[in-house]
Amino acid sequence: MSAELHDCRIAFSKTLETLAEENEAIVAVCNDSVGSSKLEGFRDRWPDRLVNVGIAEQNMVGVGAGLANGGRLPFVCGAACFLTGRALEQIKADIAYSNANVKLCGISSGMAYGELGPTHHSIEDFAWLRALPNVPIIAPADRIETAAAVRFAAEFDGPLFLRLSRVGVPDLLPEGHVFELGKANRLREGTDLTIIANGTLTHRALAAAEMLSQRGGNARVLNMATVKPIDEEAIVAAAGDTGAILTCEEHTVYGGLGSAVAEVVVQSKPVPMAILGVPGIFAPTGSANFLLDEFGMAPDGIAASAEALLKRKG
Amino acid sequence: MKAAELRRLANEIRRRDLRAVYEAGAGHIGGELSVIDLLTVLYFHTLKVDPKNPRDPKRDRFVLSKGHTACALYVVLAEAGFIPKEEVATFLHPHSRLNGHPNCVKVPGIETNTGPLGHGLPVAVGMAKAAKLNGDDWQTYVIAGDGEMQEGSNWEAIMAASQFGLDNLTLIIDHNRCQQGARLVDTNNMAPFRPRVEAFGWAVIEIDGHDIDQIMGALSPDAVAPGKPRCIIAHTNKGQGISFMQDRVEWHHKVPNAEQYEQAMRELEEAASR
Repeated sequence: MSAELHDCRIAFSKTLETLAEENEAIVAVCNDSVGSSKLEGFRDRWPDRLVNVGIAEQNMVGVGAGLANGGRLPFVCGAACFLTGRALEQIKADIAYSNANVKLCGISSGMAYGELGPTHHSIEDFAWLRALPNVPIIAPADRIETAAAVRFAAEFDGPLFLRLSRVGVPDLLPEGHVFELGKANRLREGTDLTIIANGTLTHRALAAAEMLSQRGGNARVLNMATVKPIDEEAIVAAAGDTGAILTCEEHTVYGGLGSAVAEVVVQSKPVPMAILGVPGIFAPTGSANFLLDEFGMAPDGIAASAEALLKRKG
Repeated sequence: MKAAELRRLANEIRRRDLRAVYEAGAGHIGGELSVIDLLTVLYFHTLKVDPKNPRDPKRDRFVLSKGHTACALYVVLAEAGFIPKEEVATFLHPHSRLNGHPNCVKVPGIETNTGPLGHGLPVAVGMAKAAKLNGDDWQTYVIAGDGEMQEGSNWEAIMAASQFGLDNLTLIIDHNRCQQGARLVDTNNMAPFRPRVEAFGWAVIEIDGHDIDQIMGALSPDAVAPGKPRCIIAHTNKGQGISFMQDRVEWHHKVPNAEQYEQAMRELEEAASR
């Protein structure tokens, strides 16, 4: 794990531009969010292919569906909180149910907008979209996985939701990593318990595992970028091999990654579990990193939860 | 198809729709009877669509945003050869493709799933924008109910359409003055639509939405203002063609009993023989 932190939006927009050079069908759709989606380069190179609908998320998602119907490959980009919250019914009817080949790109997801407050936090999007059929959900952990996921999105025939952050994260996955939908990456081997995380939490989970190892605990770490379809095989193997699972996510503890993992665990291989996330409250003022620490997801907080879980495991 | 033939066909479609709703024991007969003349002209005069190649990239696009009148669309699609005519009898049956609202994944000829109101026009804006980007000359048409225009998403789309200069997009407002629970005037009156839509930069045409010649004229390529999206305000009647349903809010989704069905069918048959 390198110490340098990177804003994954840059990998997102650079990859999108590379793909757009080769594939003329690609268009970007946004809601006055050219800057926050890092689409300035795309706009300057292909002004016609940047469809900015203004501050109108319902229309943005509908327009995305229509563009796909008309033969284009739309990447619909907006702040995740507005894209998923404001336009949820459009995502349901126009995208998921209509099977529109639209790539929904939720920018600055989780608590990336930090001090702007809970109106701007997108900590419900896993839960909302997980409830809809036909929308794979992907939350990459670093810039390498982000680039790989964008390339995957362009190839994949059907809708999906790409959940991106602006909070800096270190490189975790190897250069040249190829994204596979529904496939977790085992980033650390371990036998006592498994920590499952994605997005901005993966590097924190790895740091927690290192702390734990200094205290005699041995944690497996899975990066589970795909929240849906969930990697059941990796979860069942983790439960069988390590006997306990701790999940961490920049999302409410209701209905997100932890819930998705728990659904597999309770039905296939029940083992003690703990779910870390935003504990069902509107977050107080603070940056994303401050809030993650506040909610027990600093590396030492995660390590402490892991130790508590190990005690329950017995 | 010529106007006289379209009139005869619209009457046939009304009768088939009425029978389907009666047999299914559910449907939205009032709004179906108001939209059928528009659908008939679109499918049998205006739209360049091919039932043998329903996904032709160069086809015209049509979106029925008032998706609750799906039964009328199914009858039209069956008449046009997109689905078998006998399939209309399965409307609302368990596992039928013919749901209460149109499903593009299952039914050929349907472009996008509608049902929740205020969805069709934004999607149609995207379609028309795609045609512009592609340099294609296919057209996009969408029918929205007048009550449906209360949805804010429609006005987001109206703004975008004029900003994008989508003169390849036609919005038809089925202006029957009645919504589900009451008349528009007693709910949230959007009428008159013309100044509102014109103020957003659209070219507006007002017609009698049951006059086949006027519908054909308004849909003509000659009736397009360069650089402006087109809105046809079609003045219609809920329950058009059936004396006891016409202009009555309660026939939004009421189902006729046997006696009413016989009378309604008789009235439509008499109209056909005139």
